[in-house]
This record gives sequence, C-alpha cells and structure tokens, in this order.
Amino acid sequence: MSDVKVEAVELEATDKLVMNQVPLSAELSEIGESPLHHADLASIAEHGPQEGGVHFHERKLMGLLTLRCLPSAEQQEMIKSLLGVALPMQPLTSVTTDESTIGKVSVRWVSPDEWLIIIEGDKAFDIESSFHDKLMGHFSLVNISGGTTIFDVSGSHVVEMLKKSTPVDLHASEFPVGKVVSTVFAKSGAMICRLADDQFELVVRRSFADYLWLWIQDASREYGLVVKA
Amino acid sequence: MFHIYCPHCCEYREEEEFHASGQAHIPRPLDPDACTDKEWGEFMYFRANPRGIHHELWVHGAGCRKYFNITRNTHTYEILEVYKVGEKPSIVANEAK
Repeated sequence: MSDVKVEAVELEATDKLVMNQVPLSAELSEIGESPLHHADLASIAEHGPQEGGVHFHERKLMGLLTLRCLPSAEQQEMIKSLLGVALPMQPLTSVTTDESTIGKVSVRWVSPDEWLIIIEGDKAFDIESSFHDKLMGHFSLVNISGGTTIFDVSGSHVVEMLKKSTPVDLHASEFPVGKVVSTVFAKSGAMICRLADDQFELVVRRSFADYLWLWIQDASREYGLVVKA
Repeated sequence: MFHIYCPHCCEYREEEEFHASGQAHIPRPLDPDACTDKEWGEFMYFRANPRGIHHELWVHGAGCRKYFNITRNTHTYEILEVYKVGEKPSIVANEAK
C-alpha cells in the first residue's frame, strides 16, 4: 500500500469506503506503469513497421468498473443520470457516449446482472463516489482498473488474426459493430467488443497482457503488425 | 465439440467456453442435522449415471459465468434442451422403462 496515497478529504466525500487509486497531484501519465510498459511500445511505434494488415495499440491506464446488480427502474434511472447513458439490458450489447459530463463513457453487458464501465483513468474515483453517494438499493461497484488493460486491434486483416485466437464467429452478420462477448482468447480470456468493421477492443487481464502481446505478434506476423503509440 | 446455447447470452458458443458441473436438480436436505448418514451420504456423493436422457448443470465459465441446465442424451451426446436454473425441463426420461 506504500505507493497508494489516500487523502483524508477523499474519504469524507462519501460515507462508504472508496479509495482514490490515483494520487490527486499526479498527471494521468504518472499514475502507474501499464502492463506492457516493459515492451516499450512507443519506440516500436516510432521505429517499427509503418504498414501492415494488423494495427495494435494499448489503451493503457483506463478506468474500468464492474457493476453488479439487478437494477430496479429507479436504479436504472439513477445509473443513467450518473453515467449519461442507460445500462444496455440486451445481452451482448454495449453503449458508448462522448456526450456525458464525465467524458467518454462505454458500458458493456457482461452477464444478466453485470456490466463493465470504461472511462478515463482519472474519472474512476468520481464515478465510484457518485454511485455510492446517490445510488440506493443493493448493488456492487468494484474498480478493476489495476487488474486489466485494453488492447485496440484494427486493420484490414484484424479479423483473420482474431480467428486464430478465439472460437467466436466474427462475421459481420453474427458480430455487428457494438456487440461485446466474453470468451476464450488464445487459451486465456478476453472481452471482445467490435468498435467498427475492422476495429476491435480487447479487455484482457493484466497478468496475461504480456503473453497476449506475444501471441498477437505471432498471429499477426503473416499480415504485418503495426504498433500505434 | 458441442455447440451449446447459453440461455443468458442467448446465442450458441463453443464447448470450450463451458464447464460441466455434474447432475442437476439435487436438492440440499432442508435440515441437514436431521439427516441420517445414509441420506446425507447419498446427497453428497451418489449421482445418477443413466444411459439416455440426463439433466446436467453447466456453467458458461469463459462467458457470462452463469449456471444453467442442459438435458442431454448420454448415448448419442445430443443436447435436447437448455433451460435456466429454477425452470423445469420439458423433456424427461420415461421412468417406466
């Protein structure tokens, strides 16, 4: 706990114990090392190949929150006002908005009583505090930012690369833009969301990040891998 | 490989994402302290092993992580029905046989 600074004023903001995992004084770039820090993706992006069929980018240090509840109508209304978007209640769907007061918000359906909320890393504490202050009833909100990272993969051959890694049907008729699935990915697991026709987002476990980065390099070799900073 | 319909995700997924958790519909004795050793032992350890229709509990471990039931023919491996926990199967073995 030595590297985590908890300000007394933060605890007064809510009567429930929610810890700000981002020191107040720090810039977002200083809040920690991403799981692929050691891979030095910035150098690869600068000096590596600039053309290829698969593009890779680590969207690091985002805020990820797991919401679990069986929301009543009142809870759904409150969640909508807190996040700026309504919870996606249909299985395997997601919603994203840039319009929210807290910046860009993505909400992913995970299971009938579980959602994943993705926001900027420095907004996670605000959202957690507001949920615990304003949302009544039975629910659980857990900050899982430190245990996960996000890979953005795109490019003309991204579907071919993903086909080597997961048994999910990625054809556009079965996997439209906005669909999200939790599935097995290269003997590990990932939550896959289609952001555009040739653009996918993988939410992966921190401890598997290096393995999956190596896997994606190998699976992309025949198409050419371009790392984006 | 099975192609299994998850009633929570509402679509078919590969068997790789699932895990079988044994026989379904095993009620826990309401008052364990009042059980005889035989009753408790049978609840804990004794399971049906039919040739034919079998009701099984499965979990969508890599997906939504929810449990649900499958009615499966252990002879042909055919999955006859998928239903949520708490629901009754519509396909049952003929007890008279």
